Amino acid sequence: MTEEEYIAQQVRRNVIITTIDKIYNWGRRSSVWPMSFGLACCAIEMICAAAARFDFARFGMEMMRPTPRQADLLLVSGTVSKKMAPQVVRLYDQMPEPKYVLAMGACAISGGPFKDTYNVVNGIDTYLPVDVYVPGCPPRPEALLEGFIKLHQMIEGQTILTSPWYRKEVEREMPVPILGPKGLVLPGEEDE
Amino acid sequence: MQAVETRLRTETITLNMGPQHPSTHGVFRMIVTLDGETIVDLEPVMGYLHRCHEKIGERNTYLQNISYTDRLDYICSMSNNMAYVMAVEKLAQIEVPERAEYIRIIMVELTRIVNHMLAIGALLNDLGCFFTPMLYGLRERERILDLFEMTSGSRMMCNYMRFGGVRYDLPPGFMPELKSVVAAFPAFIDEFERLLTENEIVLARCQKVGVLPPDMAIAYSCTGPLLRASGVDYDIRKVDSYSIYDRFDFDVVTGTNCDVYDRYLVRIGEMRQSVRILEQAVEQIPAGEVSVKLPRVFKPPEGDVYRRIESPKGELGFYLVSDGSTNPYRYKIRSPTFINLTVLPELCKGHKVADVVAILGSIDIVLGEVDR
Amino acid sequence: MSREVYERLVEEFPEAPLEYLEGKDPAILVKGEDLPKVARYLKEEQGFDYLSAVTGVDYPDRFEVIYHLYSMREGKGALILKVSASKEEPEVPSVTPIWPGANFQEREIYDLMGIRFAGHPDLKRILLWEGYEGHPLRKDFPLEGYQTTGQEEPS
Repeated sequence: MTEEEYIAQQVRRNVIITTIDKIYNWGRRSSVWPMSFGLACCAIEMICAAAARFDFARFGMEMMRPTPRQADLLLVSGTVSKKMAPQVVRLYDQMPEPKYVLAMGACAISGGPFKDTYNVVNGIDTYLPVDVYVPGCPPRPEALLEGFIKLHQMIEGQTILTSPWYRKEVEREMPVPILGPKGLVLPGEEDE
Repeated sequence: MQAVETRLRTETITLNMGPQHPSTHGVFRMIVTLDGETIVDLEPVMGYLHRCHEKIGERNTYLQNISYTDRLDYICSMSNNMAYVMAVEKLAQIEVPERAEYIRIIMVELTRIVNHMLAIGALLNDLGCFFTPMLYGLRERERILDLFEMTSGSRMMCNYMRFGGVRYDLPPGFMPELKSVVAAFPAFIDEFERLLTENEIVLARCQKVGVLPPDMAIAYSCTGPLLRASGVDYDIRKVDSYSIYDRFDFDVVTGTNCDVYDRYLVRIGEMRQSVRILEQAVEQIPAGEVSVKLPRVFKPPEGDVYRRIESPKGELGFYLVSDGSTNPYRYKIRSPTFINLTVLPELCKGHKVADVVAILGSIDIVLGEVDR
Repeated sequence: MSREVYERLVEEFPEAPLEYLEGKDPAILVKGEDLPKVARYLKEEQGFDYLSAVTGVDYPDRFEVIYHLYSMREGKGALILKVSASKEEPEVPSVTPIWPGANFQEREIYDLMGIRFAGHPDLKRILLWEGYEGHPLRKDFPLEGYQTTGQEEPS
């Protein structure tokens, strides 16, 4: 293939893909369905963000699904304790792709005020890939809405050609930790 | 026609509700043993939000602990602050100025209103009425959270009380705003009641469900609206008369039928009584100091002390053991919802799965306090 | 009020070694094996029907379990009982048959401090998971716990 033919082929492919990408991403970001998964205090601010004053229905997100099988976004709001962490990872594994994780509040980002204690995981990004971090203790509902806007910008920037969930070789199932005698143990590291 | 064999061989099944479930008010798990749809046994499993609070309390100084008490029952942060601060004041024998006492009572009664609105909204959510009563409750709650933010800087985790008073005096815009909230409140409760109290679905699903006889309530150490709906007239604000509650004129609301519907009515009644207390406090509040000067390194004398208040959910108590140093030797929280849950298996036996959700909603748990 | 109850208890159980401790909250020190009968007497004869709180404390030389009792019917104030247990084999009789509200509280003390309660209907861990080793609220247990994987490093 000569250089001109190669360039022409690339231009044709990318122009079509950009339009498809734009429509596809617009559809996806305008109706992200969060999973109602409130763990602790940040959950109350999440409920306030869903209520009438700081409505997030304007973003298309008022469909909070209780089941992970129908949700796009895992809003980890609150402290993740070691007893709860296997459940969180299992729920993430049950969500269909494309899926996103938003860590809301200081506890989900890094353990927060309860960091380095015997029953608290230092941030959910120990076990899950997090896309957006919303700091605060608890973050105001407006801060959560800002987090959603950042998530929308991230979704708009994604393209079908390079997104991980259409490629066969990427391992997307997160290993579920096991409750061991002194803390959490990942499978495969059990006999230490 | 032949007579049909009516004795079928049945087996019980075990159903797991939670920890992720829209109706368990947080991460709470119930292992329910069912015979058909009737409950034979229920085992609550908790600890999914155990954040090592009591051990952190031993690591912190007394002053640092106040910001951690906000996160106990995260809806009512002002009452948690007040219980802890009062316990330390009893330990170190600190006197509180009058204006500070009035400010504390105003904040605690506003917290009681906030909590009951959210509790009723959550109960109705669990019954299936997804989000409409909650939206009504949250609308008024936002006005009260604006008051908290005006005074302490934060909507929820206020961290406002200190040993010997409060942190800041009330800002100038507080009193007119409080008066307008208090004046508008009775009309809001009437609107709420018109929507819910005579509603036939609420009546059908809440009456005769989860009946708790008064002797069982006392034996199982239940406190708060759960106890008063069973007809026991025990309110720590009247019994212990802590702070300056003896200057206010209010009634203790009790129920007669001991079921979920009565707990709902008791909470509505308590909101009305809180409005009465607020009206009196707004009139009586004097001018003056709001805090007391304490030494920079605070070391209370040795000893142990237990102090309790009537938080919106029941009896919240703090047991502190001091060894004369800057940190508590033992910091124990008597959490009302943790102990109220002892009676949950007894309340649910014989009911259906859908009733479990209503009963749990009427006990009004908050996992931050159950697990600490 | 605590002093009168103490006098009444000394009359009722002359062979039990009871002690009266002064302080901001005066308390009655009871021996472990006398606890069930003293508790039953207090509930039935003296009207202390409401057990408010059960606490465990880890002192350097002993464990201690503290009971706060109130009377709802008669409005009587706090009566405090303290029971000591040894450090090596801490065991205290359970008061759950007398006041069922102590059920979860005793399980929590067993879970976090390791004090066993004889006669408890279902003594197992409540806040931490089954299979956890160690009792976190003891003074020799570090706040960070003992980690097994290198996944989280205490900073």
